[in-house]
Amino acid sequence: MSLFGWSRRSSAPVARGRLQILLAHERALIGQTDLVGVLREEILAVISRHVRIEDDKVKVTMSRGDTVSTLEIDIEVPIATAAGRAA
Amino acid sequence: MVAKLLVVTSGKGGVGKTTSTAALGAALAQAGQNVCVVDFDVGLRNLDLVMGVERRVVYDLINVVQGVARLPQALIRDKRIDTLSILPASQTRDKDALTEAGVGRVIAELREKFDWVICDSPAGIERGATLAMRHADIAVVVTNPEVSSVRDSDRMIGLLDSKTVKAENGERIDKHLLLTRFDAARASRGEMLTVEDVLEILSTPLLGIIPESDEVLRASNLGSPITLSNPASAPARAYLDAARRLCGEDVEMTIPSDRKGLLGKLFPRRAA
Repeated sequence: MSLFGWSRRSSAPVARGRLQILLAHERALIGQTDLVGVLREEILAVISRHVRIEDDKVKVTMSRGDTVSTLEIDIEVPIATAAGRAA
Repeated sequence: MVAKLLVVTSGKGGVGKTTSTAALGAALAQAGQNVCVVDFDVGLRNLDLVMGVERRVVYDLINVVQGVARLPQALIRDKRIDTLSILPASQTRDKDALTEAGVGRVIAELREKFDWVICDSPAGIERGATLAMRHADIAVVVTNPEVSSVRDSDRMIGLLDSKTVKAENGERIDKHLLLTRFDAARASRGEMLTVEDVLEILSTPLLGIIPESDEVLRASNLGSPITLSNPASAPARAYLDAARRLCGEDVEMTIPSDRKGLLGKLFPRRAA
């Protein structure tokens, strides 16, 4: 390349590589956020048909690991309501 | 007459949204289309300045949204091309003055009057930007061959596919990439992302490549869209070609150059 070939190597391929890795990660992350939101709404709708629960008592979180991802659903049901329905 | 609604967006600021809105709007109007360019950058309006109509602003988009003025009172007709109009943004109000219903009403009225309505989006992904893209049929994503701009464009493409009326109705919004401030010589030396790099990363069809040029600053200094102030310049030719592609013409993709040499004239640089 140029006289300064060693100190001034092409930087565009570095930019390209960094972007490809970053965007693959960010696209997955944004898709995941949407999925959690959708799941939360649908779970809330199903539970609400049977038990009266507060909108903010359904917590859905997803953690993505290298080999396995976990979906955690935490629903807080008022004791009176749950007992009343069960009786 | 029902207009095509086009949003010029990018996420990142300073990449050339306003310049491109003015140039594409003027280019379409020069081709005989009836065009209105709309500034959505409430609080930081600049399209009026780039178009050279800053001293003729009386009413603005927010006045019309709020019913203080009627649309025809706020529209400013360009003195150079009579098929080109501009609807300025408000400089004093804040962006919360724009409501979705109000914007929808104004957009519907604009669609009746013009062939093309081109919305200049503010930077960012906040309310102003999402409202500007909300009703769009076509999106032009302005991108510089630079990492932060490409990343933000990727984010905007995601939003266009999820937050627009078309996307919510299960339709596809027509997205195009406009690569601005491109320097073919630097890209060939490996100092700048190439056209192919950007296209591969963003997987969005190319509308045009606007070469880096001193003529762009000169046009904004003069308050004239570059396709009017210097239609023979390289960036103007790139914008004129892009406008023809928007109209459905099949125009070969080139990177226009201002090189004066005979070789440059005989062999214009091809791209992609």
